[in-house]
Amino acid sequence: MLRFLLNRGGQALIAAFGVVTLVFFIQRLSGDPTALLLPETATQQDIEAMRASLGLDRALWVQYLDFLWQMARFDLGRSFVQNASVWDIILSRLPQTLQLAAGALAVALLIGLPLGLIMALTRGRAVSRWIMGLVLACQSMPTFWSGIMMILVFGVWLRWLPTSGIGTLAHLVMPSVALGLLSLATYARITRAAVVDELSRDYVRSARARGAGTGRLVRHHLLCNSMIPIITITALEISQLLAGAVIVETVFAWPGLGLLTVQSIAARDFMVVQAVVLLGAFVTIGANLAADILYSIVDPRVRLGAKS
Amino acid sequence: MTTDAADGTAKPRVTLARVLAWWPAILLAGLALCAVLAPWLAPFDPDRQNLLARLKPPGFEARGVIFHLGSDELGRDVLSRVIYGARVSISVAVLSVLLSGIVGVAVGMAAGYMRGWVETVLMRLVDVFLSIPAILLAIITVAVLGPGFGNVIIVLALTRWPRYARVAYGQTLVIADRPFVRLSRAMGASAPRVIALHILPNIIGPLLVVATLEFGLMVLFEAGLSFLGLGVQPPTASWGSMMSTGRNYVATAWWISMFPGLALFLLVLSANLIGDRLGDRIGKG
Repeated sequence: MLRFLLNRGGQALIAAFGVVTLVFFIQRLSGDPTALLLPETATQQDIEAMRASLGLDRALWVQYLDFLWQMARFDLGRSFVQNASVWDIILSRLPQTLQLAAGALAVALLIGLPLGLIMALTRGRAVSRWIMGLVLACQSMPTFWSGIMMILVFGVWLRWLPTSGIGTLAHLVMPSVALGLLSLATYARITRAAVVDELSRDYVRSARARGAGTGRLVRHHLLCNSMIPIITITALEISQLLAGAVIVETVFAWPGLGLLTVQSIAARDFMVVQAVVLLGAFVTIGANLAADILYSIVDPRVRLGAKS
Repeated sequence: MTTDAADGTAKPRVTLARVLAWWPAILLAGLALCAVLAPWLAPFDPDRQNLLARLKPPGFEARGVIFHLGSDELGRDVLSRVIYGARVSISVAVLSVLLSGIVGVAVGMAAGYMRGWVETVLMRLVDVFLSIPAILLAIITVAVLGPGFGNVIIVLALTRWPRYARVAYGQTLVIADRPFVRLSRAMGASAPRVIALHILPNIIGPLLVVATLEFGLMVLFEAGLSFLGLGVQPPTASWGSMMSTGRNYVATAWWISMFPGLALFLLVLSANLIGDRLGDRIGKG
């Protein structure tokens, strides 16, 4: 187990190192990063001061090592536009995004899992095909369009829900659904595939032969054994939700990390944009690592396979 | 079309139901046709403003001209802009799928065929790219490079090539181990020859499935970037940027955002349905 943990942890560290390197080079794509890091109104003096503080006169590899060291200390730097620490800015927006992501995940799981289960149990029948059509529609729906259409129907025409902003639970409903639709489709498809896979196993047949009804079969056999792909997908979905939040938060004026990113691009606050991207990548790497570990606890075969 | 049922010929009948079963392909072809024939199909110049007819509802008629899907905040015809918007969506998606596909497949096949340190380095690189959520990677790169048609394609290709690399790599590993490939190598065929003649034709199926599904995703990404103001720049008609303005007028002029979104949805839906069917036939990568 320890060996497995060290191995996967090492892989995650390498990935994180790679991400930091990639972001460093993307930053240099434009040639002169000072143009990105300073507002358009910056004077020549500001630019020179910035050059010196960033150490742009040094060799590229020295700058790179410096950047690595900065990241290793979790130092995200300061925003020159807002004149505040990037960490403070991010932490002030993080709770709203977590709230939104949790809402979306709840929508996706609570609707997607049962839909997938129903599709698997009724496969080959018309019900299953209709649900599959619905799932594909969810998958093809642009988040910003479903968001705007929900605002139109439930906010403007029916006046049931607030069209933007945060505060009450009612504010959370539409953004969560808009963000959750894509994940809902993924969950439904994965659950269907996993349950169909399990249904063909011998133990299901013997359980049926012993007289187990569909309800018992689902509760005692199918759900547990279908969990593995669902856990992996959750790890992937968390990063999907973070990325999707950029658009959903813009549509609903939801003051989280996504809206912050868009506002920071408009304000040419590159330090913040860079920090959000790094954070998104680290969360993804962390979630994948967590899924791998969880996996090996649920299913020891994974761990043993990794050892050999 | 069902009238030929009585003559008893053995050739497969072309029934309405059979043709309709192909509706995703028909829809996709129709939208592609809209993009190609935009100058002839669109009733107006998509950029022509008419400040006297701003925010008019669908079917509005003024001095003999009809705005079938209404007009936007500058009095431009929404229908014409939706038709022209298909050009941006489809061309960006096709070009970025091609670019990312070529790069990704080359990397994946190289890693799967050469093995050793090449494999380690390339596949680690793939892992790194895949650990950054694609939209975030696209956003940061556009923020550096600046928006615009060409940059959007480059950025989308940059973020999506690892997907093809993964599939091509996995498939190459399987094929490269088959007896006919080993024989060919033993007889002295060069690496490029083996890859082009034996491996590529055998892995192209799953790659096509991925490319079809990626096409839908690229359409969504382009629209997303344009929605955020990072994609194709105004005044060029793009579905994403139309919806972005439409968002501000949703209470008074819903048609500005509804119709480009509907077109976008239908395009992505048809691509996904086709990809799904291909996947069932060929097997997913």
